[in-house]
Amino acid sequence: MELSLILFYLTLVLYAAATVGYMAHLTWLDRPVWKISRWLLFTGFLSQSAGLVLRALEAGYTPVTTRFEAMTFFAWLLVGIYLLVQIRNSMPVVGAFVAPLALVLVLLASFRDMKVAPLAGLLDSPWLPFHVWFAFLGDALLGLSACFAAMYLIQERQLKKKKIHRLYYRLPPLEVLDRWSYRCVSLGFPALTIGMLTGALWLNTVQGAYLDWKDGRQTATLLTWFLYAGLLHGRLTVGWRGRKVAWLNVIGFLVILVTFVHLAHFAR
Amino acid sequence: MDILCIGLNHETAPVSVRERLALSPDLQAAALRKLKSAPGVREAFVLSTCNRVEFYLVAANLHDATRAVDAFLVQDLNLPLQDTKPFLYRHRLADAVAHLFRVVSGMDSMVVGEPQIAGQVKEAYREALRQKAVSSIFNRLLHKSFSCSKRVRAETELGSRAVSVSYVAVELAKKIFGDLGGRTVMLLGAGEMAELAARHMVGQGIASLLVASRTFENAKRLAGLFQGTALPLEEVDSYLPRVDILICSTAAPEFVLDVRRVQASLRQRKREPVFLIDISVPRNIDPKVNELENVYLYDMDDLQKVLQANLEERKKELKRAESIVQEEVRQFLAWLHTLDLVPTIVALRNRAETIRRQELEEALSLSKVPFTAEQRATLEAMSQAIVNKLLHEPITQIKEGEKTGEALSLAEALRRLFSLKVEGGSS
Repeated sequence: MELSLILFYLTLVLYAAATVGYMAHLTWLDRPVWKISRWLLFTGFLSQSAGLVLRALEAGYTPVTTRFEAMTFFAWLLVGIYLLVQIRNSMPVVGAFVAPLALVLVLLASFRDMKVAPLAGLLDSPWLPFHVWFAFLGDALLGLSACFAAMYLIQERQLKKKKIHRLYYRLPPLEVLDRWSYRCVSLGFPALTIGMLTGALWLNTVQGAYLDWKDGRQTATLLTWFLYAGLLHGRLTVGWRGRKVAWLNVIGFLVILVTFVHLAHFAR
Repeated sequence: MDILCIGLNHETAPVSVRERLALSPDLQAAALRKLKSAPGVREAFVLSTCNRVEFYLVAANLHDATRAVDAFLVQDLNLPLQDTKPFLYRHRLADAVAHLFRVVSGMDSMVVGEPQIAGQVKEAYREALRQKAVSSIFNRLLHKSFSCSKRVRAETELGSRAVSVSYVAVELAKKIFGDLGGRTVMLLGAGEMAELAARHMVGQGIASLLVASRTFENAKRLAGLFQGTALPLEEVDSYLPRVDILICSTAAPEFVLDVRRVQASLRQRKREPVFLIDISVPRNIDPKVNELENVYLYDMDDLQKVLQANLEERKKELKRAESIVQEEVRQFLAWLHTLDLVPTIVALRNRAETIRRQELEEALSLSKVPFTAEQRATLEAMSQAIVNKLLHEPITQIKEGEKTGEALSLAEALRRLFSLKVEGGSS
């Protein structure tokens, strides 16, 4: 088996172990367990980074065209951004939401065809890296934002209904969750926008139109773009926040996730 | 030598019994002096708080210890034995040590994990030192109990959650807002609990405190305590949008804040969350307010529920704390064993040597035929060999007993069987 694939499976194992570790930490609040989980996640990220670099060298282009590549790349960005956020504010419990998401992505990817595909004519374009990096970065940031939103929903429910159970003690304060969720959206949205713009420009060079309604991926992304635009606008003008906004955030990301897994990219 | 604990606490005795045993500082000093000098008692330590009275003794046995405590209760406190006997518990050695460790760590308190008990025990220890009632064993025991308590507090969540209503309010505020620095708190009305909650919030570093009351004088007084600002009731609405946390405890008989007022304020606040604490009875804030998004309204019952949940969380930590206690007890007992062994073995050897020497001298002096130097040497060697061989097995057994934990009882048995007098417990 090629080295890049070995590294991929290593990543899968490490992410799984990290997920178990973070869940254990969530249950028992054992600090050493958290530190180990963080280290496991970081090592998984390094292994995945190495795998991606190898694959890029082997293929000669940014490895995001096959579905396998797209999903693993997404997971890689998600974990990478989380690790960066961690440096600023450690919030150990967030790992229990991010690690499983990364694991699911990588796991689903493992069922896909892992062959390195030669770059189909359409895709061989200087637009590829631009579009891909920005679009995926945007998706990953929105994914992280959705994790924070999910935690916000749980914590908000406990504080509102006054049903205090385990997670109340473990989740960060509402304001912190809200602040980070908003930060991620305000960074992810511009990234997504640039990703979409470059995508549209690229499509134009290929098909002569900026928008193709038949491309499920593009349409779905456009819809979610409007959703997040609405969220940001509401927040900036009337300070729109709370439960409803968090739900929209989560739903928006679920749509992105579904299009990722199911819908084809550029009608292939 | 045994370590005994005789006493009662809030679980074994009602307050009517506890108050008759409560010791004033003078009585405590008298108790220490009297117990220390009782027959069979080597060291004494007395702990008296509103929830427990306990007598700790290093004594020859439980019987001597009980006699000493009973004498004190009957003679100095005028308490007939039958009045106290049903409520007293008695612990020996490992149980006594474990009990003390638990008490100091707050595991035996009414409010599990409370921090005051450690200070109370320190004070009792100081008194015992003043009365010279403690020496090597209790000095070490008490120092170990303090370090055990530190471990329990550091390694478990036993003392962490808020278990007073005002602290619960602060804890909730932090769960909503995170760090309270830069936040604005408003006190609507006065009252002890409101003042206490405000005090805690100020302690957390809030940016400003606003106080409003029907009587402006009250508002000014309260605001003055915390370098806050006093407001007349009419101005509350204009300041409301600035307020992140509101503590309401007026004597008003109807709702002071309704949905409309809160909603208006929220809009002006750009929907930043607001925490409303309603500790007035009857309630001053319409419960329907809680249905608004980004509003968190808690009344007294709600705060109590959180408090109960916190207490339950603390109790979950008891298991973890117990394993720490057991570890510390083991270490302490291991140390205790080292005290007894060596002197006992030395005493045994001394006794054997004394007997050997005596018998040898007697045999030599009684003999009608004088012994030659060679014959003396042979007798010397033989008697020495007999003694060594006889003692070898018991001494080895005691040393082996250190591994199985029986050393202390073996040493004790040895002392009893040979009537050995041991000056035990060198530091």
